[in-house]
Amino acid sequence: MSAPAPSTPETGDLLYSDVEDDLRASVRALVDKQAPWDAVLRRTDTAEAVDTDLWKRLTQEIGVAGLAVPEERGGAGASWREVAVVAEELGRAVAPVPFLGTAVATALLLGTGEEELLAAVAAGERTAVLAVGATHGAGRPVPVTVEQQGAGDLLAGTVTAVIDAVTADVLLVPVEGGLAVVDADGDGVTRTTSESLDMTRRLTDITFDGAPARLVEGVDGAVIDGALQVGAAILASEQLGLAERVLADTVAYLRDRHQFGRQLASYQALKHRLADLWVAITQARATARYAARCAADGSPDLPVAAAVAQAHGSEVALLAAEDGLQLHGGIGFTWEHPAHLFLKRARADALLLGSADHHRSVLAGLVDLPA
Amino acid sequence: MTTTDSPPDAGALAQRVEEFLAEHDPSTTDSAEFLRERFAAGLAWVHYPAGLGGLGAENGLQTAVDAAFAHAGAPENRPRLNVIGLGMAAPTILRFGDDAQKQRWLPSLWTGEDIWCQLFSEPGAGSDLAGVGTSAMWDGDAWVLNGQKVWTSMAHHARWGIILARTDPEAVKHRGLSYFVVDMTAPGVEVRGLRQITGEAEFNEVFLTDVRVPDDQRLGEVGQGWAVAQYTLMNERVAIGGGTLPRESGAIGPLAARWREHPEARTPGLHDRMLRLWVQTEAARLTAERLGQQQAAGQPGPEGSGVKITYARLNQECSSLELELRGEDGLRYPDYTERRPEVEDYGSRDAGWRYLRFRANSIEGGTTEILRNVVAERVLGLPAEARADKDVPWKDLPR
Repeated sequence: MSAPAPSTPETGDLLYSDVEDDLRASVRALVDKQAPWDAVLRRTDTAEAVDTDLWKRLTQEIGVAGLAVPEERGGAGASWREVAVVAEELGRAVAPVPFLGTAVATALLLGTGEEELLAAVAAGERTAVLAVGATHGAGRPVPVTVEQQGAGDLLAGTVTAVIDAVTADVLLVPVEGGLAVVDADGDGVTRTTSESLDMTRRLTDITFDGAPARLVEGVDGAVIDGALQVGAAILASEQLGLAERVLADTVAYLRDRHQFGRQLASYQALKHRLADLWVAITQARATARYAARCAADGSPDLPVAAAVAQAHGSEVALLAAEDGLQLHGGIGFTWEHPAHLFLKRARADALLLGSADHHRSVLAGLVDLPA
Repeated sequence: MTTTDSPPDAGALAQRVEEFLAEHDPSTTDSAEFLRERFAAGLAWVHYPAGLGGLGAENGLQTAVDAAFAHAGAPENRPRLNVIGLGMAAPTILRFGDDAQKQRWLPSLWTGEDIWCQLFSEPGAGSDLAGVGTSAMWDGDAWVLNGQKVWTSMAHHARWGIILARTDPEAVKHRGLSYFVVDMTAPGVEVRGLRQITGEAEFNEVFLTDVRVPDDQRLGEVGQGWAVAQYTLMNERVAIGGGTLPRESGAIGPLAARWREHPEARTPGLHDRMLRLWVQTEAARLTAERLGQQQAAGQPGPEGSGVKITYARLNQECSSLELELRGEDGLRYPDYTERRPEVEDYGSRDAGWRYLRFRANSIEGGTTEILRNVVAERVLGLPAEARADKDVPWKDLPR
């Protein structure tokens, strides 16, 4: 009568290694110098949405695009754990670089034989992006909105709301027969980047009209799903980094500001909100670390781990950003304060790669809690 | 008795356990005798000093020793009944007791022959524990204790109690306290069951009327009671063991089982709540695992307070949703008759009982509100509350 509870996979190491700590320090030093929040804010008023100079330094000096790629395939031979640490730092800075899109594309390319492209992406020489709408998450059929024409080597159709496509060199497009590789600057490809809620990660609509493509055999929905799960794990770390930054900034502000002759930080009503946020962040860290660990080790529990990390991490980052803005009071609502950068990123992140609700409904199937 | 310069490692301990078991067959040795011999051999709590049940070994090595004894069918030392003795009284005695006190109390505490209780909270001093009013006045040859304690688990089984009492009402409240060990069988100690919302009397009220406590039952200096009590409470933290905590352990278990077994009870709204609680429970499980890993790596974190806040809430929300899933059954309750509960496994209890019992989770062992203060002040470094009791003698405080 009684259905068995799901088995418990080995948890693995959820702490940060010395190597990861060193990597974090390198990324933070570079980002703090190159892209402090006021520089990120100023860039949003320009046409250069992506900080290509920062991206070049991140990929070439630190090698962030090749961390999860084995050395013999052109990467650094680290793992998704290290990628996750970089995501924490870039989330902390709301850095306008195509790291998340690169992570998904890399996870996808690792499962194909596209060695030349994989190596170029790992080296930061080219960027690739999976041309799927930003809100699509693992666990649902991949939407195919682009048709193959002619002998199958010409594409027609439209994909809307793709992240990190502004500066992409290569588009990886799901088609009926698998995955098509398209030159983003080639004939028949039109990219339209629009104003986006998250000014630091703009959406691009892509139209294909007889665009030449090369078909990669053997890439099915399961392979794409796997890449999206890795992406979800990495996104959870971005959300963690953002939430930690907002908490630290808010704590500093409430300690500094006095009203009614007292530090704001001495009011219990405010202290308890920060305490609750801290508790939520410790959980976001545990779930994000576990998801990264599962991605790194190719654990069969990755679908569950990624869904949990997203279902939880999305809400924690949003709580941090919304509470952080509220606790800053009037100053937090001004353009010249960074609170809105974090709010917009957190709100958008909570939709990226599937909403929290999407991930819960996916979990329902994975852990036998049907509707 | 072997003398060694360095404490035994895992291999040496395993060998000692093997030798001990060869000399003391659990199936033929009297239980009490077996436990006393195990204590004498230093295999009780191996991280305690030699002569006090240990061998000065690393704390982490205890798990394997316990497992080896359990595997051999060795008798238990009543760990659930004596949770306060083993978890809180013993480390305090070890830290603050003199040699005579350690020799007097630790052996029978560890073997479970003597159960211990903790006499801290009072009707007028809960979260504000330093405000306790139970008095201890020196009367020529002994301290004389008068007052009332409450929420005292195990008092009806206990031989000894650790107690926080006021020795100087003229002093500021934290400085006028001392810490004693009370003989629960002494004249003037009266234990009454305290009936709770479950109907059961799991805890007690303890009334102390002219209870005489000799000075050799004081732990720490006169006036140092608050520091000693703080040390005791540090040991009350959620115990996080090594190894993998099972997925769906705790209150989510019976809830998920109910969900799976009763499709007719499902609605979209309940499904959303079910999934949210599952995710939150899994997040809490991984957080506890990470905390355990930090502690094992010698990075003791303050996350324990957060883990307790979370588990209290999840227990309450899971059991509440479970009652909702039960529909009409959720309206029934097995038995409100006043009685003493057995020391229990919550998972085996009725859903309604669990719903009621879990309300205490956010009150006992530090309220959720106090734990939020702990996180805010000790972790985030936020300033303490403005206080009305600073620099005021305890006797002048409003109460």
